[in-house]
Amino acid sequence: MIWIAIRMLTGDRQKFYGLLFGIAFSTLLITQQLTIFVNLLERGASGVYNVSSADVWVMDPVSRTTDVAYAMPSTALDKVRGVSGVEWAVPHIRATAAVRTKDGDLEGVAIIGVDDATLIGLPKRMIEGSPDVLSQPDSVIIDDVGMTRMFPDQSPIGERLELNDQRAVIRGIADAIPSFTSTVVLYTKYSQALNYVPGTRNRLSFVLVGKADDVSAQQLVDRIEAQTGLRARTREQFAGDGVDFIIENTGIPLNFGITVLLGFIVGVAIVGLTFSLFIRDNIKQFGALKAIGVSNGRIARMVAAQAGMVGMVGYGLGVLGTVGFIHAFSGDPTFKGFYIPWQIPLISLVAIVLIIALTGWLSLRTVLKTEPAAVFR
Amino acid sequence: MSAASISKAISVRDIARDFTAGQQTIRVLHDIDIDVHSGELTYIVGESGSGKTTLISIMCGILYPTEGTVRVFDTDIYHLSDTELVEFRLKNIGFIFQQYNLIPAIDAASNAAVPLIAQGMDRHEARERAVAMMDKLNIADQADKLPNQLSGGQQQRVAIARALVHEPRLVVCDEPTAALDARSGRRVMDLLREVAVDEDRACIIVTHDNRVFDLADRILVLEDGRVTHDGTEMPEDH
Repeated sequence: MIWIAIRMLTGDRQKFYGLLFGIAFSTLLITQQLTIFVNLLERGASGVYNVSSADVWVMDPVSRTTDVAYAMPSTALDKVRGVSGVEWAVPHIRATAAVRTKDGDLEGVAIIGVDDATLIGLPKRMIEGSPDVLSQPDSVIIDDVGMTRMFPDQSPIGERLELNDQRAVIRGIADAIPSFTSTVVLYTKYSQALNYVPGTRNRLSFVLVGKADDVSAQQLVDRIEAQTGLRARTREQFAGDGVDFIIENTGIPLNFGITVLLGFIVGVAIVGLTFSLFIRDNIKQFGALKAIGVSNGRIARMVAAQAGMVGMVGYGLGVLGTVGFIHAFSGDPTFKGFYIPWQIPLISLVAIVLIIALTGWLSLRTVLKTEPAAVFR
Repeated sequence: MSAASISKAISVRDIARDFTAGQQTIRVLHDIDIDVHSGELTYIVGESGSGKTTLISIMCGILYPTEGTVRVFDTDIYHLSDTELVEFRLKNIGFIFQQYNLIPAIDAASNAAVPLIAQGMDRHEARERAVAMMDKLNIADQADKLPNQLSGGQQQRVAIARALVHEPRLVVCDEPTAALDARSGRRVMDLLREVAVDEDRACIIVTHDNRVFDLADRILVLEDGRVTHDGTEMPEDH
């Protein structure tokens, strides 16, 4: 009987494709929007993820994220180095500047100053050049977002920039996770960054800390906070702070939430309407089957099979569509590194199961309510 | 038909049926007492609204009576559980609906095989048996066609094949000649007599088509929910 149910479903091509479209569109909308949402949120932690070697981030007590930081006096570095369990501690500066390109355009950039001696603070991978290029005078390394944005059709290597009236020469390209705002990032040595970023007496944004083997990151955080009065966060905590900041201070969760809800509602509307039309068109056949001696349980299984098939195929198409979308835009810096966390297809699946269960149940009620005797009327 | 070959297929006793319309209860069948025998082509005739559809629905176990009992082949069908009643219908009753109600998305043979598939038979085996039944009805060559590729007469034969494929002991037929001209109507009735009437099988036909009354073995006339005539021919005044 399941075979008959499936043939009934696929035999009415218009409605079958309508149902598939409804489910696929819902899945696409929910999966794609959740994927973008999660990846955008994770961009809030990109500053932390780009510095993979730091176990602990130390900052002024009022600092909240890598981008919302209050500068500390340089003595903070020595204070942190004096805490037991600190294997190494290096200065890290993050600031904004305006850069003038050779075409005369102005571009807002983020300057990240990494430790002069160890270069800790640079992203792990380079697309072109090596971290050592920073030892050359006026050297900066641009991230790949910056390369795409500022030099879309040419290599940036060797290009000169005017950075707050200072000369900077691009000598490398870093493979970095873009920031939430996809700002162009220029990496340079800490000492050089101080020249590029005119400012007040205190300009140390963070102290990056490596822990000794005999201490946990959390223990070290507790010690640093107790002994220095500064704020310390483990790598994971600070990444979470960046994500939380976006959630708390932007309308993004609400906007994406609304879109996901719309995807669900559109799914219910399209699928519900089409499925009930399909059932209504076949009500005489279902009535005949009931009269012949097909039980309500079997009828329910037939409708469930029809709903299940539509759900399964439509969901597959929707997920494929999302994968295609992410793949198609993977070359765009805005979507760089975007991936689909496994939880998102699962959430979409739950949403689709809900849509199918709801619309299937509503349609099934019509069938079950149909008296077999109605076929004689 | 010899007396020995006739056995009681359906026994209807004191059947009444009410329908409610708003706050009003309307009795559409009153104290029906009839027996239907195997080996007979039995007509239930009457004007629209006389209660013949309600009576046939009750006799074949798809509409509960308000009062009375119905025994089909010695089984008190309305004392069966819902599941047992559904299984009883599936095994013992074949239906031919006025509008055929074939499933448009499956071919003629698969349509004819539906009762066997519903009984759990393998689809291919059921289809083979359906084709064999269609062969008896001279439409085996249409087995692979979809219902919308068949003429009305061919669709009706597929519906007849579906009603007989599982060899039921009771065949119920609703207005089989309603949409046919006199000649085609008589041909269908002849066909039904040939394939559906058997000494172990009862065949009940609901009709108000007076062009085919002469083909019945027995005619029950219903008027306003009551049986007003039970005989081998139509009464003079009809």
